[in-house]
Amino acid sequence: MATAEVTHEAHDDHGHHEDEGFFKKYLWSVDHKVIAVQYLVTGMAMAVIGGFFAYVFRMQLAFPGEAVPGFGIVSPAEYNALVTNHGTIMIFWVAMPVLIAAFGNFLIPLMVGCDDMVFPKINRLSYQIFLLSAIVLISSFFVEGGGFGGAWTAYPPLSAVSEYNLTPLGATLWVVAVALEFVAFLLGGINFITTAMNSRAPGMRLYDIPMAVWMIVVASILFMASVGPLIAGAIMLIFDQTLNTGFFDPAKGGDPVLWQHLFWFFGHPEVYVVLLPALGFVAEIITTFSRKPLFAYRTVLYTVFGTGILSFTVWAHHQFISGIDPRMAHIFTITTLLISVPIAEMMFVYIATLYKGSITLNTPMLWALAFIGEFLIGGVTGIFLGASGPDVFYHDTYFVLAHFHYTFFPIAIIGSFCGLTYWWPKMTGKMMNETLGKIHFWGTVIPFNVIFLPLFVLGQLGQHRRIYSYEGFGELMREDVWLGMGMQDMRVLATMALVVMLAFQVVFFVNVFITLRKKEKDAGPNPYNANSLEWLAPSPPGHGNFAELPTVYRGPYEYSHPDRKAKGTDFWPQWEKE
Amino acid sequence: MTTGRLAVWWVIGSEIVIFGGVLGSYIMHRLANEGWANVGFAGSTNEYIGLTNTFVLLTSSLFAVLAHYAAEHEQDGKKAANYLYLTTAGGGLFLCIKAFEWYTEISHGLTITANNFWSFYYVAAGIHASHVIAGMIIMVIVAHRAKQNLDLHRVELIGVYWHFVDLVWIFLFPLLYIAK
Repeated sequence: MATAEVTHEAHDDHGHHEDEGFFKKYLWSVDHKVIAVQYLVTGMAMAVIGGFFAYVFRMQLAFPGEAVPGFGIVSPAEYNALVTNHGTIMIFWVAMPVLIAAFGNFLIPLMVGCDDMVFPKINRLSYQIFLLSAIVLISSFFVEGGGFGGAWTAYPPLSAVSEYNLTPLGATLWVVAVALEFVAFLLGGINFITTAMNSRAPGMRLYDIPMAVWMIVVASILFMASVGPLIAGAIMLIFDQTLNTGFFDPAKGGDPVLWQHLFWFFGHPEVYVVLLPALGFVAEIITTFSRKPLFAYRTVLYTVFGTGILSFTVWAHHQFISGIDPRMAHIFTITTLLISVPIAEMMFVYIATLYKGSITLNTPMLWALAFIGEFLIGGVTGIFLGASGPDVFYHDTYFVLAHFHYTFFPIAIIGSFCGLTYWWPKMTGKMMNETLGKIHFWGTVIPFNVIFLPLFVLGQLGQHRRIYSYEGFGELMREDVWLGMGMQDMRVLATMALVVMLAFQVVFFVNVFITLRKKEKDAGPNPYNANSLEWLAPSPPGHGNFAELPTVYRGPYEYSHPDRKAKGTDFWPQWEKE
Repeated sequence: MTTGRLAVWWVIGSEIVIFGGVLGSYIMHRLANEGWANVGFAGSTNEYIGLTNTFVLLTSSLFAVLAHYAAEHEQDGKKAANYLYLTTAGGGLFLCIKAFEWYTEISHGLTITANNFWSFYYVAAGIHASHVIAGMIIMVIVAHRAKQNLDLHRVELIGVYWHFVDLVWIFLFPLLYIAK
């Protein structure tokens, strides 16, 4: 049997680990928890780079032409490269590795009650290719001509013709890095689905799988089913760049809109690929800290499947002004507005879960509640953009930018902090400092809104994206347009808020540092009195995860169970029979 | 579904969308450019070579089936390995014919930049050929283990993958050679 044999090999490797050096233990490990930490650390390092890029180009927008502390004068080409790679990094090298790869690797075996992933060596290969992709991307900033500056969507002919983008090497390295990253996640997905389907603890039925695992599995399937055309497109784009083929070049009989279809056929499901894991984390957190079962578990599950299927039918709403047939635009308007229904339903389900719960407002819970509130704003503003009429006006303005930051920030940043703060005790065995956690929470969420709310207004006023400096545009430099502020004042406000938000991230790192330095492992296996299987394993779990592989008797959300009152507890863990 | 099968189908699922992307682009491209078929370039592919290669690849798939039968029903690893080597040889013959074909075409100026048909032709067939090469490498490894009667279940898994590679060619052949 493949499973038995492969896991056996994994055990052999575990045995070796005890006396291996740093390299073997941390870079060559096949243990799912070590690989999770590798993804987490790489993703967080990339987040620091992506955040720094945002700081530099926001400073340029607030104070055009002035030297940015820590960077210097920003040239237009550098500005383009910073904006492009900020987007690329935050989606492909932060949201994906942290939400899916890090938490998927850490949680799936623990939550389904097995000792490791089914194919540990493929898992290791997945991380190594991912690391390689990150190195290729970073190296692209330092080649002649600088990093690619044609936006993270890489529309040709700008991305395809080096005379236009002026980054002959940077553009190609960028595509290669993205393609390698896709390969890494396709390999990672093999383990997520096989482990969740075939390695569950005895007794765990499909409806007993915690929502976080389901969401990561569905997200992996969505990724697998949507990324192919873009891999093909990446190969075609590389040939356009290096061999002078004309797939996307109208002068050679090609079609630039073809790239847009290939890109967004992946790009839109990708939104749900990163959204679903975050929704999964929120589900775990709000049930634990409101001590209530998840409202309508099966409905949520079917909704997730429905969302996944619908997400393949909405991509052309990114092309309403790219010259697609208006009748086609109508169809995509309908599907786009339709997909807000399941997402809205999930929001209601979460609110219903909270309703009349016994709520503990600790740091993970605050992040989870912030996710619901902030994502809601992103979702509602999406309706304006999903309708083909208003989109003609809003297209490529800061309204779009503010909209997708209200979706991606809750997903990538708030969602990651949900997972990190909630499972931190499990990962390290130590509780984080609550006060520092709350300072970090408010210091992140309040500035976040101060950054992006003014950008909605700027977008409404017609401020176009991807402009190096607005000084030359009189109509975008108007005074006294909103709350007594001029348009430039609002840019300065947003930038200042960003600086404040980035400064507050120091609090998080201080908290991490203090926690890791703590000698005593004070968390215990189950600090939150939670039900799912990862809380049975010791904190942090050792090799093989569980002292003895568990058997599952019930679903993951049996909080405030009436039968448990006699025993003096309010929860019924999945592994407890009586 | 067994774990190995699930994993292979995951790989095939992701491959289907990759080839789907290439072929979908190609088909849309041809439909959008009415005069394309008349440029004369598309007519230059040699359908006899394409047909020969189809035959070679289908035959190699037959050996993959026989290898699976030998491994699963007869538990005969050695026999299965021999069939797998024959399958690999089929893949090798396919690549040789392909190399000859490409050599002739390129020496007649029909390179990847000749026009968009040839760009699609080389990309689609090239990605397919890289899958043939990958399949052959894995097959040799599987056969080497099977010869010692080890991991016989893998004979089926590599067979499933090989049939998929074969099936992609069944799509490529009419699209690149017959529809002119």
